[in-house]
Amino acid sequence: ESEVRTDGEAPSDSEIKPDPGVPSTVDDTPEVLNKALSGMSSRWKNWWVRGILTLAMISFFFIIIYLGPMVLMMIVLCVQIKCFHEIIMIGYSVYHSYHLPWFRTLSWYFLLCVNYFFYGETVTDYFSALVQREEPLRILSKYHRFISFTLYLTGFCMFVLSLVKKHYRLQFYMFGWTHVTLLIVVTQSHLIIHNLFEGMIWFIVPISCVICNDIMAYMFGFFFGRTPLIKLSPKKTWEGFIGGFFATVVFGLLLSYVMAGWRYFVCPVEFNNDSNRFEVDCEPSDLFQLQDYTLPSVLQSLIGWETVRIYPFQIHSVALSAFASLIGPFGGFFASGFKRAFKIKDFANTIPGHGGIMDRFDCQYLMATFVNVYIGSFIRGPNPSRVMQQLLALRLDQQLHIFNTLRAHLIDKGLLSANQEATAA
Amino acid sequence: QDTDGDDRFGLGGEGDRDSKPDTDTPEVQPSVDNTPKCLNKALAGMSSRWKNWWIRGILTLTMISGFFLIIYMGPLPLMLMVHLAIQIKCFQEIITIGYRVYHSYELPWFRTLSWYFLLCVNYFFYGETVAENFGNLVQRDEPLQFLVRYHRFISFALYLSGFCMFVLSLVKKHYRLQFYMFAWTHVTLLIVVSQSHLVIQNLFEGLIWFIVPISTVICNDITAYICGFFFGRTPLIKLSPKKTWEGFIGGFFSTVLFGFIFAYLLAQYNYFVCPVEYSESNSFLIDCEPSDLFVLQDYTLPSVLQTVLRWKTVKLYPFQIHSIALSSFASLIGPFGGFFASGFKRAFKIKDFADTIPGHGGIMDRFDCQYLVATFVHVYLTSFIRGPNPSKVLQQVLVLQPEQQLSIFNTLKSHLTETGMIPPAIRGP
Repeated sequence: ESEVRTDGEAPSDSEIKPDPGVPSTVDDTPEVLNKALSGMSSRWKNWWVRGILTLAMISFFFIIIYLGPMVLMMIVLCVQIKCFHEIIMIGYSVYHSYHLPWFRTLSWYFLLCVNYFFYGETVTDYFSALVQREEPLRILSKYHRFISFTLYLTGFCMFVLSLVKKHYRLQFYMFGWTHVTLLIVVTQSHLIIHNLFEGMIWFIVPISCVICNDIMAYMFGFFFGRTPLIKLSPKKTWEGFIGGFFATVVFGLLLSYVMAGWRYFVCPVEFNNDSNRFEVDCEPSDLFQLQDYTLPSVLQSLIGWETVRIYPFQIHSVALSAFASLIGPFGGFFASGFKRAFKIKDFANTIPGHGGIMDRFDCQYLMATFVNVYIGSFIRGPNPSRVMQQLLALRLDQQLHIFNTLRAHLIDKGLLSANQEATAA
Repeated sequence: QDTDGDDRFGLGGEGDRDSKPDTDTPEVQPSVDNTPKCLNKALAGMSSRWKNWWIRGILTLTMISGFFLIIYMGPLPLMLMVHLAIQIKCFQEIITIGYRVYHSYELPWFRTLSWYFLLCVNYFFYGETVAENFGNLVQRDEPLQFLVRYHRFISFALYLSGFCMFVLSLVKKHYRLQFYMFAWTHVTLLIVVSQSHLVIQNLFEGLIWFIVPISTVICNDITAYICGFFFGRTPLIKLSPKKTWEGFIGGFFSTVLFGFIFAYLLAQYNYFVCPVEYSESNSFLIDCEPSDLFVLQDYTLPSVLQTVLRWKTVKLYPFQIHSIALSSFASLIGPFGGFFASGFKRAFKIKDFADTIPGHGGIMDRFDCQYLVATFVHVYLTSFIRGPNPSKVLQQVLVLQPEQQLSIFNTLKSHLTETGMIPPAIRGP
């Protein structure tokens, strides 16, 4: 029997025949694994290969977390480039446009431009002291948007000049394909980096919840699965979906409890100007301090406790896990639909037994955006040091106006008393 | 009807098809002549070629007058009626082309979803605009404050609903079509909606930042056509066989000159020069002390020009120097937007985006060069002209935590005291 996925993790579809134009899936399991598992039947062999690769990926994840934010950023960049490459390759095979030589260059050029833009914004935000110090960096950051726009425009003009008479439609398709891919892949990988800078816990918990949901939904589906969930992914079941939801919420609560105790995970990542290294040390914010919560009476009678000490972050983790289990799978369905639409089995063959990098990350993208919007809306407001910078960049009369408005506002709220003003430093 | 060939010189300069339309593609709708009856009667006597020329001319004048009328009426009508209407029409034109190309007009969910996504993205952008520029209004109204504070979350939730609806609407036989339309919608939103909001941002900076770029693009279109008509010889680009290098260069010089003069005319009026603000009294206010850009200054001419013109110094508005940058962009790079649209039309074998304007085509046909220019003006403004927006910064300060506000207050106080804005002895109001 052909390579049938035996688990419900990946929304695979066994009835699609690969398009003749698309390179057929190659079994590129490493030799060593092949030898070790040569005795088993094909089905179990696949199961073992997937299992071993899953463990390998999870261990890899823990190692890079240990290695620190810098390495994490590099890994995110590499994953992004690989995902972009995978999707663009699919575009080429769909449109048989691999031989438009300009276009390969242009796609990578656009990727570079958009990355330059986003990394520049990140660097300006988080490395502001470093940027102010170095003269060339300061100029680059001051005119950052203009430079990015000019770079992009150059690419745009090159595209227009490269339009060849017989291939107009193809070229426009590839242009559209590249831009949509950039929109999906690049913007969201930068949101992941923003989440990371907020605190590693905001990076680890969402990703872990998505992975956990994948695995738990598969297990529940395997043991209890009966009613199909959605036509797009025939292997997914309602039992798996709901079981995965509850299991993920519990897992999220436990994982947050474990992680919230460590400063390494909880503190915003900062760049220490003097030592030129990343620093993760701070006084944990209120979110990460144990607090007493009175249980609602329903739970009180059940569990027999009156109050419970948890981190406020754990309550947020419920929201994150809920999203990861209920809405995250839509990212997976989207990717399934995409693969069926273009009659491909996997995005690529990078990971033996699992497919391409995109296959692993399809649910993560919605999650990353959600976490970023969640943090921006509910957790923190604008970055105070950035606001301060903008304030100091204004004209003096504007600053005075803001000063007076702020003073009135603070006195209004009782944070500043009118005569305290006279004695304030 | 000889729709191609000469009459597509176009005062808009878009007349750039190969001489024979591609007749073997069934998707092309034959262009309909929807010139109003009255014009038809008035021009009944003329030959077809001159008739087309006259129609284009009359419509051009009508559009330009309409433009000036709207400017006169002020920013609120400008913003709400025209901007929104144009944006919606452009979006509709491009989406309709998508439907025709993919024969996907019968996917019922998809029309709803496209309009829904348009609504979401507009909600997001308008919300950001309101939060930035209408600070007064927002502070006063409780529900508005709530909407502004959680604006991104609400927009994201709205978008997500659309995304999930799309996933649930995937139908077995039409997967590929649906994905194509999804991508088509998103790219259209990216091009049309984000850039129309940049136009609004430019407008709030001062009407002149809205009028001068649009006028220079129109002027470039017209003067490039005229120069090409009289002197045109060497073709410019294969995409648009009617465009010539002479037209391009002639258009460049005329547009720079036009921009220079036009900027001089407009810079004198507060109405055009001042940022648009929303005052306490629920109305738009355009009154201020003009910034340095719009105050006449003396510039010493370089000696070359001194000998030619025999003036030592000249009084100019600094804005006129910026207008040279704007006009140059509009004449040199703006046309690439037109070439892109031409290539697009050839790729999908359509003659015009739509048939809205008799003789000119669709709204998109008129606006294809404007989009790049709008983005450029916005980037130019934020990079070179203005710093952070004070009311926006104030907004951000007021949203911070109280301890953060206090610390900012103290830092600001010491900074202002140092620079002498606040005399150290006087503390009270």
